[in-house]
Amino acid sequence: MSLASQLVNLLAALLLLIAFAMLSQRRILTLIHLFAWQGAALAASTFIVAYSTGQDHLYFSAVLTVVLKVILIPWVLHRLIDSLNVKWDVETLINIPTTMLLGIGLAIFAFALAEPISQMADTLTRSTLGIALASVLLSFLMMIVRRKAVPQVIGFLAMENGLFLAATSATYGMPLVVELGVALDVLVGTFIFGIFFFHIREQFDSLDIRHMEKLKED
Amino acid sequence: MDNAPGFAFQILQSVFVVLAAPLVMGWVNQCRARLQNRSAPSLWLPYYTLAKLFHKDAVIARDASPLFRITPYILFGCMWLAAGIVPVLATGLPFAPAADVIALVGVFALARVFAALAAMDIGTSFGGLGARREMLIGFLAEPAMLMTMFTAAFISGSTQLTTIVDTLAHREFAIYPSLAFAALAFLMVLLAENARIPIDNPATHLELTMIHEAMILEYSARHLALIEWAVAIKLFAYMTIGFALFVPWGIAEAGNWAALPLAFAALAFKLAVAGAGLALIEAVLAKMRLLLAPEFLSTAFLLAVLGMLIHFLVSG
Repeated sequence: MSLASQLVNLLAALLLLIAFAMLSQRRILTLIHLFAWQGAALAASTFIVAYSTGQDHLYFSAVLTVVLKVILIPWVLHRLIDSLNVKWDVETLINIPTTMLLGIGLAIFAFALAEPISQMADTLTRSTLGIALASVLLSFLMMIVRRKAVPQVIGFLAMENGLFLAATSATYGMPLVVELGVALDVLVGTFIFGIFFFHIREQFDSLDIRHMEKLKED
Repeated sequence: MDNAPGFAFQILQSVFVVLAAPLVMGWVNQCRARLQNRSAPSLWLPYYTLAKLFHKDAVIARDASPLFRITPYILFGCMWLAAGIVPVLATGLPFAPAADVIALVGVFALARVFAALAAMDIGTSFGGLGARREMLIGFLAEPAMLMTMFTAAFISGSTQLTTIVDTLAHREFAIYPSLAFAALAFLMVLLAENARIPIDNPATHLELTMIHEAMILEYSARHLALIEWAVAIKLFAYMTIGFALFVPWGIAEAGNWAALPLAFAALAFKLAVAGAGLALIEAVLAKMRLLLAPEFLSTAFLLAVLGMLIHFLVSG
């Protein structure tokens, strides 16, 4: 295995580790920091793939990832939780060790699922496909087990990180136009979620999304 | 005897471990004192303590059963045996085939069971409390420990520690993400198993949150000395298991006297760094609430399992 491939594997493993850390994290501020670090690991791995395969458009996506997911979105989220004044610890629906065990199960499932695909692929990064799939599923799990709106949105954004890694590992990234579109979507999505938060809180005096169930007509 | 040099190495290593273990303990204590801005105790303090304890008369509770008396000897024996199996100075020792990593974990478990039984034997509340907590920590730490070992065993294709060391020390350089995960998990297990911060505080007596100290409160004199010594050997053994799995470079082969000075130097260097690192961890972390210990250890287990999974994924 070449050094680049080993480094990409290491960074992908780091990304998965951060996904697990986010799953187990109780504090909202640390959650945002972890999200920024995940973006940084993703950007570094994209950069290494770009350098070692000569795919120039991947440089752009690495830079895009740094600007968007390491700097801009965490900053927006910081502003958001400051102005929403959310100082609480994150509440989960099931306790954290159980969530972690579920997470291991999901990781095994994702690895088994990606095994035949990565055996057919001949890219430098083929073994990270399972990790990418696992981090998508873990972010899904995080959206399911969290009760409050902000961690759910962070889970959604982290899922995008996983998808990005999957694209890089399976086909050396998407076309630049698609990547730009997705990046814009994510940014706009974050702003819209931010506006949503204010409306939810105005309506229910809380960001607990269980209150949304009361919207139904009886 | 055809394997005389091997046996000479085995005896050398076993004696060395027993004699050097308190020194490592003293080094950790000294580092920690410096980091906490206290004037540091002598490096030889653990030896003075042991000598003092051996000269005292033992006091044993009226209701103590023979189990209470023999437990210190069993603890000391278990730890000594473990230290004889782990390749500390050399690989291919004659004792090494006696137990692979699974049996090694079993040896530690045997010591733990006897310690817990002896703690409950007297019937004091502290003893029972300590024993229960110790078993709680133990049953969570053991699977994480085994998983860590398995990761290294999968990479080298054997559960024999000496083969693992041989394989890992002589491979060409490669980054193993799985080993990095396993190393992190092992560090957490080491902290938990050796009653260090953040799971237990080794420096306190008579505190409601203590685990290890609560179990040995009733011991005195030579029994206490043997237990303290066994604790030091346990820490030494865990550190050297860590070296064997993750930084195996510089170790000698049994019978190769020429490589011995280098092996000693490498071991001394690694122990000094690991001891200082342990002291640093203890200085910057706060002790956890006991109820958070399962979470800490399940994280260790998670890391170890992830390490193993990633090994399959990346190599497959």
